[in-house]
Amino acid sequence: MISQQPTQTRPGTVVEFTGVVKEFAGMRALNGFDLTLRAGEFVALLGPSGSGKTTALRVLAGLESTDAGTITIDGVDVSDLSTSKRDMGMVFQSYSLFPHLSAGENVEFGLRMRKIKPAERRRRAAAALAMVGLEDHFDRFAHQLSGGQQQRVALARALVTEPRVLLLDEPLSALDAKVRVQLRDEIRRIQTELGITTLFVTHDQDEALAVADRVAVMRAGNIEQVGTPEELYSRPATPFIADFVGLSNRISGIVRNAQVDVYGTLLPVIDPATPDGPAHVSIRPEDIEFAEAGLAATVIASSFLGSLRRTTVRLADGSTVFLQHGVRVHPVTGESVFLKFSGAPVSTEPVSSTSGVLKPA
Amino acid sequence: MSGGFTTGGVAHAPSRTVRTVILGLVGLIFAVPIVAMIEFTLRAGLVGGYNVDRWVALFQSGFTGVYRPVLIALGNSVALAIGTVVIVLLLLVPTMLLVHIRFPRLRRTLEFICILPITIPAIVLVVGLAPVYAIVARLLGSGVWTLAFAYGITVLPFAYRAIQSNLDGVDVKTLTEAARTLGAGWGSVLLRILVPNLRRGILAGAFIAVAVVLGEFTIASLLNRVNLQTALVVVSKVDPYTAVILSLLALAFAFVLLLVIGRLGAPRTRLSRTRPSLTGSSRTRTNVKGPA
Amino acid sequence: MLLFLAVPTLIAIGTGFFDKSGAPTLATVAALGDPVVLTTFFNSFWLSALTAVVGAVVGAIVCYALLGTRPDGPLRTTIDSLSGVLAQFGGVMLAFAFVATIGIQGMVTLYLRDTFGINIFENGVWLYSTPGLILPYIYFQVPLMIITFMPALQALKPQWAEANATLGGSTASYWLRIAFPVLAPSFIGSLLLLFANAFSSYATAAALVSQGSQIVPLQIRAALTSETLLGRENLAGALALGMILVMAVVMVAYSALQSRAARWQR
Repeated sequence: MISQQPTQTRPGTVVEFTGVVKEFAGMRALNGFDLTLRAGEFVALLGPSGSGKTTALRVLAGLESTDAGTITIDGVDVSDLSTSKRDMGMVFQSYSLFPHLSAGENVEFGLRMRKIKPAERRRRAAAALAMVGLEDHFDRFAHQLSGGQQQRVALARALVTEPRVLLLDEPLSALDAKVRVQLRDEIRRIQTELGITTLFVTHDQDEALAVADRVAVMRAGNIEQVGTPEELYSRPATPFIADFVGLSNRISGIVRNAQVDVYGTLLPVIDPATPDGPAHVSIRPEDIEFAEAGLAATVIASSFLGSLRRTTVRLADGSTVFLQHGVRVHPVTGESVFLKFSGAPVSTEPVSSTSGVLKPA
Repeated sequence: MSGGFTTGGVAHAPSRTVRTVILGLVGLIFAVPIVAMIEFTLRAGLVGGYNVDRWVALFQSGFTGVYRPVLIALGNSVALAIGTVVIVLLLLVPTMLLVHIRFPRLRRTLEFICILPITIPAIVLVVGLAPVYAIVARLLGSGVWTLAFAYGITVLPFAYRAIQSNLDGVDVKTLTEAARTLGAGWGSVLLRILVPNLRRGILAGAFIAVAVVLGEFTIASLLNRVNLQTALVVVSKVDPYTAVILSLLALAFAFVLLLVIGRLGAPRTRLSRTRPSLTGSSRTRTNVKGPA
Repeated sequence: MLLFLAVPTLIAIGTGFFDKSGAPTLATVAALGDPVVLTTFFNSFWLSALTAVVGAVVGAIVCYALLGTRPDGPLRTTIDSLSGVLAQFGGVMLAFAFVATIGIQGMVTLYLRDTFGINIFENGVWLYSTPGLILPYIYFQVPLMIITFMPALQALKPQWAEANATLGGSTASYWLRIAFPVLAPSFIGSLLLLFANAFSSYATAAALVSQGSQIVPLQIRAALTSETLLGRENLAGALALGMILVMAVVMVAYSALQSRAARWQR
């Protein structure tokens, strides 16, 4: 399956997980995991630690075996294919460069394994390094490179063999905030140029929302919701998603006929199947506004965040909520204010149910 | 299917079978001399057969009579061990802390000096020590305890490594500064803050020093001092069986001592006490190369 | 420190250059060229080299077998402690152990004789001469290798094996192209350490060999106890000088190796 043609893109690779189960010492890391990566799509697996996202990626790479279910690449079951035959490029969290080889030799490694002639090997490695902006660093060793540069080399090494799928295992989590954003945008640029199907594992929601075509939020070995970043943010299926993707307030309310009563205001519920009764409601801070009249509250704290301001207030019943607003409004601690809700649909969860209940997306 | 990869996170580790075979084979071969020693002590004279008479005799006699020199030698060795530990710790710990906090530039130099004795064979040291001890004997007498100075040199690398690895894991500078801002004098900084935090390294260093001193033969033998090892050689000429019994006891004792060091090196968080961590630990590396 | 390390070392080296009356002389140093002395240095050299190589290889295999076990688990703690005892504490007692095993009345000697009719001492009793030192020396070299080499093997990152696999490499290519090159400096460093360890070892040989001085440390013993050996004075000093020279060469080789490896190390 290794193309020798000089084509830069390998479109058309589709990856499909079907009912994949993986257990570690009795713990289910993947619990009937289903996910399809369309051709050339950039999918982010987002979730808290222990949710199974890294396991899903490692199972696809063949670094872990599966206990049940199938994984297909372009419709072909790869369960019995060893890692070295799966034709994947993988970037690890850190320390994955071979320390005794220079950056260039690291990039050449995969080509060497494919028995490509030295001259071509060197040319392609140099081109791959140029692609990540490190053409001048061919002879540097890993310890002579910064963390960001090491990950760029790792990316070049993963892509130089023109693999069918690119796997990114939290490649940015060991980097400084500024480098992280730079490299994240660059990964997206290169991925778009090459059109390579990509699976990106991260626990950082900003990262996932910024780069992915679709984001799959994982929880307890399964996908809780999958959708475009916009969908996830504006229509979170559950308060878990609302909490994990973006910030949100958790307030009590009562659901009635696909609407929820929150402090006297009726708001539409995202999931119309929500049963009537008391519920936890997740409301985005930007969906609460200051008003001339309405819900009375007292300002506790207000902080300046550059482009916006975040203010925390206490309601009459003692609960606190926070809201985001323009910097021109400048509440003072102790000030009495009134709030209203913007009316955007909210996600809810019945009070009786535990927060651990899984809901299909 | 995944090419021999284990799920434990160490992708290049051998399979259980391979591990068992290797460890079993090497372990078996290495057990032979120890088993032979035990077998040797149980032999019932020329008539053949086995009994535990020699062990019983040794313990019943309470190390009196013929074995008395061994007991004296053991006393000497223990006294030497204590003396060596005291000398080394009193000199080394404050020096290392001073260098660490105030003169970090001297760290390489100190390390070089402390590790240097390893490169000088004990037998070479003896050649030069003989004249030195001729003078020492005139000034301080020829007591066995004077060997503690020479032993201090031989255990220096071991003690240094043990304490240094602990020191690397503790932010001594910040701790000291914190204590100073809270009004502590240098004395209380040392005793109340640093020593408790370096307890593991200091203890490990002390224990390894004890093991080295108890096992030392070269210097004592050639300077004609009596310690446990030289006494064992003397006994072996008269009564090889007893010498072997005593050797077995000494080896067992040293094993337990090092096992305790290993335990000291294990992380002492509450978590690890209830549930050993899977990711490995920063064990205090106390084992350095030593003359056998 | 000065009195008990620097002074003795200087004396040890210095005495080689002086005769008994204190006048400088090169006569004793010339003793290093004596055929008898050269033979002992040669004996010491091949004994140390042989046991270092065997110890390093066997020790490295044991380290490999221990990969993937928990560093603070009971298996590792026990093996670490046992290795420490045998590598650092054994000395005299190892000599006894081998007398009990392959001595004239040793367990293995008798077993082989009675069961298979093999007399391991058919061509003379070799346990008490240089060949007899090989097995006891290996017995403390292997544990020393385990102690010194395990941290290096432990430092192999699982990501390297996984990266190798995702890049299309096999298990063989992992060991040949990644693990061995990465481990080579540590392995050779440990090998040199083992060599130095055997070369300077005295206790086991002293307890085992009571007659003759086939290796350098034993010759120093002889020189110290009888000043008339070879009819030269201060021979011990000259021999000590020779030993320090050998150790210096080993250390220089060690640091040269380290700086070569430093090309890709910190």
